[in-house]
Amino acid sequence: MEHIVIIGNGIAGITAARHIRKLSNKKITIISAETDYFFSRTALMYVYMGHMRWRDIEPYESWFWEKNRLNLINAYVETVDTDSKTLRFKNNETLVYDKLIIATGSVTNTFGWEGLELNGVQGLISKQDLEKLEKNAPNNKVCPRAVIVGGGLIGVEMAEMLRTRNIEVTMLIREPAFWTNVLPINDGKLLSQHIVSHGVNLQHNTQLDKIVGDNHGNVKSVITNNGDEIPCNVVGITTGVKPNISFLKSSKIETDRGILVNRNLETNIKDVYAIGDCAQQREPIGLRPPVEAVWYTGRMMGETVAQTICGNTLEYKPGNWFNSAKFFDIEYQTYGWVFSAERRENFEAQFHWKCDSGLPFLTVSYNKNTNAFLGINTFGIRMKHEVFDAWLNEKRNVDYVIKNLKQANFDPEFFKNYEKEIQAAFANQPVIV
Amino acid sequence: MALTGEPPKTINTQQKIASFIGLLGVMVLILALFNLQFPHKTLWLTLSLVAIGGGTVWFAIAEYANTPSGIKNNGVYFKSLTSRGFWAWVLGIALTLFYVVLYWFPQYLGLNENGENSGMVALFDPLSKFLNGGPASQWFLYGTLYTLAILAFGIKFILKYKHNKYEKLRTYSVMFFQLGFAFLIPELMARLNSDTFSLPYYDLKNIWPLNYYNFEQYRVDAFISAGDIGLALLIFGIVSIFIITPILTFKYGKRWYCSWVCGCGGLAETAGDPFRHLSDKRQIAWKIERWVVHSVLVFVVLMTTAVIYSYLGDDSSKYWLTKDVFLIAVAIILTLVFVATFIFKREELQKDAKLGAIGYFVIIIALIALHFFSGVQLFLFNAETLRQSYGFFIGALFSGVIGVGFYPIFGNRVWCRFGCPMAAILGFQQRLFSKFRITTNGGQCISCGNCSTYCEMGIDVRAYAQKGENIVRSSCVGCGICAAVCPRGVLKLENGPLKNRINSNEILLGNDVDLLNYVNK
Repeated sequence: MEHIVIIGNGIAGITAARHIRKLSNKKITIISAETDYFFSRTALMYVYMGHMRWRDIEPYESWFWEKNRLNLINAYVETVDTDSKTLRFKNNETLVYDKLIIATGSVTNTFGWEGLELNGVQGLISKQDLEKLEKNAPNNKVCPRAVIVGGGLIGVEMAEMLRTRNIEVTMLIREPAFWTNVLPINDGKLLSQHIVSHGVNLQHNTQLDKIVGDNHGNVKSVITNNGDEIPCNVVGITTGVKPNISFLKSSKIETDRGILVNRNLETNIKDVYAIGDCAQQREPIGLRPPVEAVWYTGRMMGETVAQTICGNTLEYKPGNWFNSAKFFDIEYQTYGWVFSAERRENFEAQFHWKCDSGLPFLTVSYNKNTNAFLGINTFGIRMKHEVFDAWLNEKRNVDYVIKNLKQANFDPEFFKNYEKEIQAAFANQPVIV
Repeated sequence: MALTGEPPKTINTQQKIASFIGLLGVMVLILALFNLQFPHKTLWLTLSLVAIGGGTVWFAIAEYANTPSGIKNNGVYFKSLTSRGFWAWVLGIALTLFYVVLYWFPQYLGLNENGENSGMVALFDPLSKFLNGGPASQWFLYGTLYTLAILAFGIKFILKYKHNKYEKLRTYSVMFFQLGFAFLIPELMARLNSDTFSLPYYDLKNIWPLNYYNFEQYRVDAFISAGDIGLALLIFGIVSIFIITPILTFKYGKRWYCSWVCGCGGLAETAGDPFRHLSDKRQIAWKIERWVVHSVLVFVVLMTTAVIYSYLGDDSSKYWLTKDVFLIAVAIILTLVFVATFIFKREELQKDAKLGAIGYFVIIIALIALHFFSGVQLFLFNAETLRQSYGFFIGALFSGVIGVGFYPIFGNRVWCRFGCPMAAILGFQQRLFSKFRITTNGGQCISCGNCSTYCEMGIDVRAYAQKGENIVRSSCVGCGICAAVCPRGVLKLENGPLKNRINSNEILLGNDVDLLNYVNK
């Protein structure tokens, strides 16, 4: 029986395993050094916030794995010998595979600042990071103040977590508004306001210079590029993530930022595949970056690679871009592409609408030459994935989308509808040249 | 993982004062219980109820009024009261003791059916006299406190979910039905009673089989002897379950009753809301639930049939509805439901559901046949034994003591999930023949587990959402909290067409269109 070994039990690896099991009787082994069982990484924050226990963020009960004959091994893979198809673990045990799927995800991306080794400096990606945060910031006595470096998704999650324990939080954000390396400036500014309203001290246009420690090797403060010193006990490093591939250094598997794969998610070595955050497309797909560290793309690659492994060789063809997040109390969904100032092309026009009360708000982007609908960001309005996916496939124009916006609404029953206001605002907007 | 979780102090100064005031109100009741004679009962009862209600509302205002709109579950698993800690057990034991006394030892509450009440019941005499003209009973006391709890904690719930209109509307609804239909109308109806005219106590929204005693002889006699009004009420009782319930459940799912109207649901959704996450989500719990709740339904059908059968006559010339006619009618109705389900819906039934349905059907019909052809006692036990056992085990022990007393330990919907025969009927229809479903939103689920955790019915909502599959479950009461706590806007309660109501996807939206078509078919 063919032995499929998967390194990594995150959403990409587990999805691959589940689908291979559905399609075949192959022997499947999943290796992780992080946890015994699959958990939802996006839900780490809720454990610290007391919304859920650890076991609540595990999507499957423990009997699931045995029932589906998915062997779980808790071990750290140190080397991959692709000639003998052998993995060697930290405890020197070995495992032989027939096909290998690498789905090791991400680690925190840092920029070589001084003081990274100090106690209290950490990212928020793994279960170990969560345990570290619980130790570093159990309450506002032990940790009165924290500084978060980087204004992105993990940064705002960490801020929300720490605020639930009344810890003073300062966020250093390189851009003039929150997450504006991804979002249009109007969206970012409104989010910045919302984050500030939750008691977070946002320092825009500010970067970390260095982290200062005390005599015991603990964090004492950070110094920003403006020369300000901010005292703190925890420094959250949330300046993005990078593929977790250091264990492949000595292997023959070709890597760049991530593990290089072709459209079939195959590496340069036969029978070795890479999926999820750790994979890097040799050629970017559409407008997507070559490394995508997103829950959904991890899952989609898992679905695809399972087909290939089970004999139905398939290209990874992600459909229309979509994503979602939550910033404190604001839910965010996006379908298609709405670019930030730095990535926005000349032809992309953006229509921004906000409710008089400040929430909800949205940005619709379209091609000002052809009027084609390009994408939408919504904040505080839920939209139907299916409808926007269809509109993007059908290449609808922006007028059609605005006119039929109600069809896409996914808010709960009895919620206020804003379509009329949005339509009126769209009709009355000044012509952008 | 040993996350100790040290949240900041969760109670502010105002909340402390509010708690103190509320506890003072409870203290008055406890002093009355120990027979301290209050000189001005009206005044002290008013003070007590206002203190309890007002304290609760003030507590809620202090907790939520100045907070931003959003989900308020911070620290739920760190607080002793909401994570099966010390205070949870204290509250659970206190509630359980209260129910034990209420059901089986009302004399300790001060009930005296043959003379002046004393103790806690006596304290409620003024209000009872004001509303229905007579002295209070332990049930009047219970009804008053129950209504007060739904109103005060209802306001708390509304403040907690101030951003969610669905949650607010259905809470107004349960508050209205509790205050009006369960409390005021029956009490005022009692005022109409005289020596020549008497209606039984009737909470109009309390439908058989939840109201398992509705068709007992003393009530039916009372209805019939009360002329047109009585007859209308009797007919309304029958119409409620056989006509109104199926229509509304088809259109809106069981939520129209369980989380918009029902008193048990009303208490669970308001006072019980802080305990909703304690429901057991394991698959084994779901299996047990299916057997237990449907067994209770079978029990109540047998019991009611036996009771009605016992007081009907044999002579068709006196009244058309004789013992035999009734029994044959029951057999026909059960057979029709059974056959229709197996003809039209057998693909939708799980294996254990089929086994259970066939098993119970065969047993019931066999018992009826046995009775007909060989004269064996109908359902083997006499009607009175069945009635008393049901009242004791299901009516009191299950719905009261376990159902509410154990809120802080097993969660707020234990009765609704495992015990309520009304929920079983509504759920059966909701699963097989209703427009209601919880729609999932394409590929947006991140498997975080908030939906499952905060499902009071213990449904593993995430198991469906992460497959992009609509949630069509008999136990879902449509409280809407899963959709509210979802951080990614994945869930929506909807009434839609029957076609494609259950949609199973192997590959989720977002991926290769060819793959989707290839795998999902």
